[in-house]
Amino acid sequence: MPVPTAPTEPRIADLAERARFVRTETLRLTRIAGAGHYSAVFSCAELLAVLYYSQLRIDPTRPDWTDRDRFVMSKGHAAIGLYPLLADLGYFDPSELDSYTRLGSPFGDHPDMKRIPGIDFSSGSLGHGLSICVGMALAGRMSGLDYRSYCLLGDGELAEGQIWEAAMAASHFRLGNIVAIVDANQLGIDGFVRDIMAAEPIDARFAAFGWQTRRVDGHDIGALLELFAGLPAEPHGPPQLIVADTVKGRGSARMELNPDWHVGNLAGADYDDVMAELEAGLRPREAE
Amino acid sequence: MSTQAQDQSEIFNGTANVGLRDARSVDGTDTRAIPAFVFGEELAEIAEHDPRVVVLTADLGRSNRATDFGARHPDRFVNVGIAEKNMITVAAGMASCGYVPFAATFGSFAALLGAEQIRTDCAYPNLPVRIVGHHSGMSMGFYGTSHHSLEDLGMMRCIADLVVVCATDANHLRALLRASMDHPGAMYIRLGRGRDPQVYNVVPDIEIGRAETVRDGTDLTIIATGSEVHPALDAAERLATDGISTRVVDMFTVSPIDRAAILDAARRTGAILTVEEGNVTGGLGTAVAECLFEAGEHVRFRRHGVPDEHVPVGPPAALYAHYRLD
Repeated sequence: MPVPTAPTEPRIADLAERARFVRTETLRLTRIAGAGHYSAVFSCAELLAVLYYSQLRIDPTRPDWTDRDRFVMSKGHAAIGLYPLLADLGYFDPSELDSYTRLGSPFGDHPDMKRIPGIDFSSGSLGHGLSICVGMALAGRMSGLDYRSYCLLGDGELAEGQIWEAAMAASHFRLGNIVAIVDANQLGIDGFVRDIMAAEPIDARFAAFGWQTRRVDGHDIGALLELFAGLPAEPHGPPQLIVADTVKGRGSARMELNPDWHVGNLAGADYDDVMAELEAGLRPREAE
Repeated sequence: MSTQAQDQSEIFNGTANVGLRDARSVDGTDTRAIPAFVFGEELAEIAEHDPRVVVLTADLGRSNRATDFGARHPDRFVNVGIAEKNMITVAAGMASCGYVPFAATFGSFAALLGAEQIRTDCAYPNLPVRIVGHHSGMSMGFYGTSHHSLEDLGMMRCIADLVVVCATDANHLRALLRASMDHPGAMYIRLGRGRDPQVYNVVPDIEIGRAETVRDGTDLTIIATGSEVHPALDAAERLATDGISTRVVDMFTVSPIDRAAILDAARRTGAILTVEEGNVTGGLGTAVAECLFEAGEHVRFRRHGVPDEHVPVGPPAALYAHYRLD
């Protein structure tokens, strides 16, 4: 079971490698399907790596452990980035991923809790995940268990009304055992979230709903480790929200903040080019 | 205040139950026999020995008497406010952690507003969530179409891995709630008029998916569900005076439907009439028709219910008379 420790250079390097693995595996699996959500995974690769290799209290040998932390990928279309991590952690054999999206495969574009060990809830219809976490958190409280329920949301997803129903409930019931993370990658399908239906200021909006909020560079592993280590252990306190500022498509120059790549397919030399780019690891963006 | 007076005060306190006023004056139904009103009480009893039971409501706890549960088990009672979609998905989250949540609201809001949450979060993951749609059909009377639930049977029965049942009366609801504890997947439990007169003298021994023949006959079978079983029995009684022997089948499980009971009735009586408090498109009658035609049983057949239209405003009793469902 991973235990959070102070961020150190080797630790950060190790997690960066895991994030790189998330991106390259996403490329490989998408090629099997012929189309996929590259860029929505690339924005949360560091988040997934830090959560699964450092933060979550999980035991891959006991996927049904009652006191495990729950993780709900409300932006379920990023599941293709989660599957390789679960395989790497030992929830199932990595070779099973070769069936990705084939007829009858457990592994579709959206995660299936019935068929994939390590998936705590099936998702795909945006806007549901935070309500799921409210239910899990209430259940944990009723059962006297101290697990946390983590939810990964998209920023475009915040236009779904049910998110705010759940946000009200989480603060009303003082569910300090919920940690919601918004992967604020700035893009929806039709363009920038700020143009489609503005979600910002996300932190101020959740704060007005009674949440304790933090904002962080979602690609900065050291900052993420520090932030997660500093989360209060107050199960009856305010629910916790993290706005992770990210770049949709991060890691591939052609995809970064490019709405054309919400769903795509890389073929031939394009595939090789992007794979080489991802294998080289993240480089600073020009604007940074 | 006497217990009975308290009951009445509570009935008329919730706007949901105003429609019951005229109903009571018509048939004088004992409030304790109203299915919606044994819901919280029965679950509170079950919860005494089953720690999995939790009850959720969306600011209708007084109407559906979930408060009776909350008074005895406050730590397992959740009121999410007027947020039905959230309620259903929260229930699914709790079910994924080992609980058996009963999420109750008006049928219109449960099944129509919450349809996607029921399908995606409850039925698809095969979780033991019980969606309780009460005051369904047109029992909300003059509250109008926004509060009527005439489409719920048709909508719910086309969701895979969702059991759809209707409570016939108070005793039957108790039986349904008890039986539901053994079902591993999701269920939609429909409570009809909210004042259904007694069909079962005692809590019946039921099996989900198995129809109950509540009256035997040889000339005609009326297949009814929920609030229409008692009127079907009344009709059978009247037909008997005309020399027509009528079988009445309580098809309380609308999905998966009891095909054997339908085909047996068809072969033994040669004529079938279905009766439901809902739009005839897609509901019980459609389910029975599918079964008959696919089996090649060409019997005389009619569906009775609400035609494919929005019903007018009116007191419930007047609406039932208008559609000849009384």
